[in-house]
Amino acid sequence: MPPIHTATNAPLPLLRVRDLHVAFKMDEGTVHAVDGLSFDVSPGQVVGIVGESGCGKSVTMKAILQLIEPPGRIVSGEILYTHDNATIDLTRLPPRGSAMRALRGAEIALIPQEPMAAFSPVHTVGEQIVEAIRLHETSNGQPISRREARARTIELFRDVGIAIPEQRVDAYSWQLSGGLRQRAMIAMALSCRPRLLIADEPTTAIDVTTQAQILALLRDLQRKYDTAIIFITHDLGVIAQMANHVVVMYLGRVMEEGTVDEIFHAPKHPYTRALLRSMPSMHGETQVALPIISGALPHPFNRPSGCPFHPRCPDAIPDRCAARVPLPIEVEPNRIVSCFLYHDEAEAR
Amino acid sequence: MSAAPLLDVRGLRKYFPIAKGFLQRVAGQVRAVDDVSFTVNEGETLGLVGESGCGKTTVSRCILRAIDPTSGQVLYRTRDDRVVDLAPMSRQDLAPFRKEIQMIFQDPFGSLNPRMTLLDNVGEPLLVNGVRSRKQRMERVAELLRLVGLRPEFMHRFPHAFSGGQRQRIGIARALATNPRLVVADEPVSALDVSVQAQVLNLLLELQQSLRLTFLFVAHDLSVVRHIADRVAVMYVGQLVELAPTSAVFERPYHPYTAALMRAVPVPDPRVRNDDGILRGEVPSPAAPPPGCYFHPRCRFAEDRCRVEAPTLREIVPGRFARCHFAGELEL
Repeated sequence: MPPIHTATNAPLPLLRVRDLHVAFKMDEGTVHAVDGLSFDVSPGQVVGIVGESGCGKSVTMKAILQLIEPPGRIVSGEILYTHDNATIDLTRLPPRGSAMRALRGAEIALIPQEPMAAFSPVHTVGEQIVEAIRLHETSNGQPISRREARARTIELFRDVGIAIPEQRVDAYSWQLSGGLRQRAMIAMALSCRPRLLIADEPTTAIDVTTQAQILALLRDLQRKYDTAIIFITHDLGVIAQMANHVVVMYLGRVMEEGTVDEIFHAPKHPYTRALLRSMPSMHGETQVALPIISGALPHPFNRPSGCPFHPRCPDAIPDRCAARVPLPIEVEPNRIVSCFLYHDEAEAR
Repeated sequence: MSAAPLLDVRGLRKYFPIAKGFLQRVAGQVRAVDDVSFTVNEGETLGLVGESGCGKTTVSRCILRAIDPTSGQVLYRTRDDRVVDLAPMSRQDLAPFRKEIQMIFQDPFGSLNPRMTLLDNVGEPLLVNGVRSRKQRMERVAELLRLVGLRPEFMHRFPHAFSGGQRQRIGIARALATNPRLVVADEPVSALDVSVQAQVLNLLLELQQSLRLTFLFVAHDLSVVRHIADRVAVMYVGQLVELAPTSAVFERPYHPYTAALMRAVPVPDPRVRNDDGILRGEVPSPAAPPPGCYFHPRCRFAEDRCRVEAPTLREIVPGRFARCHFAGELEL
């Protein structure tokens, strides 16, 4: 069994992902993109999911939004979304059904990596946001008026720091700079006041000085609206600046989970420790060999047996780590580690 | 080390015309590179940093003569200590220098031919440079693969069989095939995962030592540049705004843009969180830069003088250059 957070009497988390498995069945074999993932997101919390390519972080985002396309499929597990004391399992909703469509964009919104691809080039950004608002928001059972939705869009643009919003609302996405486009995307994601925002590498495609602006904006908006955010990125610097709680993933599994301070100042899993060491810093010694993680990410059809990290792990225990898969176990309160250095609980396979 | 630098770029300009209307009349110029001068000494790594559109890639392509500069000189010191200007050279005259100046590309997936084995990918520069014998090429490719930490037996495989980090090693092997003296590396690690990035950086440092290579290292990631470069050149809207030894820049930048760039890097430490000094506004278009100092609309120290008078790149203390009226006087 995957670990269950045993918070007694506390309000239920907004989102609980439980033992999620997502697989892509292809001619050459099956890719287990997400392999037994569990984590919680509480209201107003910023959970960072960090990992390198192929760790399953983007597939997790798609699974929550029910956007997995064939040959991919949610094989098992639960994604429990709690709202007004009612809990629904998103994996049981038909992806194209009305219930999921009412949630997607309204309760759970996405800030994608590449806003150029996310906006349609043949409609103005304003029209697209107005459409989203009118789709989800009603007053007295009727969709709100176009004029009201437009006024709200202009207000949102002002909120996300777009200058002269009355004009920009009529711009096409290709007329905006990368930074403005990402701000417009954030405005769209916030347009229906979601409870949960999923930001999938929202600043990876933009420059550092613009990135700093966007991160500051997201932090301000998060405080203002108390939205819960799942922040997905490969950039440890961005995670350190944005998240309260961090989930470190490798090959579809959680390696370690804890508060952002614990992950950066007291990492437990050898993978997290090696990852932090291998980054060139703004303060360390220069022009010397950096500590490396040996080897390469294995090919997705070629998953190692046992712990997925054991072939690259400096602390691997011979026989043990290659033979059994360590479970994510709560070794201290709210501190989860999947590693035999800390416990002996293995998956029964 | 010889006195003359290996590469001496002087007053380099590259303008791209903006064509308008049915007749494609030239309506203006994009000043992608606007009066850029710097030197690279033998055995040194010069880091060229800046945000997208600042002209750093255009500079490197002008040096490689992948594109022709509008004006300026690219002075290169040959093996027999002559200084030649690569900028106006014909294709024919350029040929002998092509193999001495090589390039490592950003994208390890797009820069290798998927239909060619490693032998052909890495061996192609040899073939082009007259190594006709397949046996000789195989020997050299085997040697190169070993040099970059790959097994020589891999030479008959195709690029798809390799991971991003391994492909970048293959790209490095190809760049080294002709025994270059100067290697232009354009964002060589930015497409790689963190765990692999360190491996490739270590390899580049090792190769530089063992082969006495000179690097022009183009990148946007300041922590990577700080790690690998001896000196740093910072570009903004087609111009150099700061040029200095790496340690000095990171200790105390002289240009407000450099300082802002450094502060914008997200610190991988949750205990250091602050939004102070976040740069406002956006990078101006190189087709219509603002009057005076190009940076003044975003600069928190800007005064009246900055709005009208364009600063020049001047030497503030020996070896340190900055393009700011108040360089060295500001608390950055």
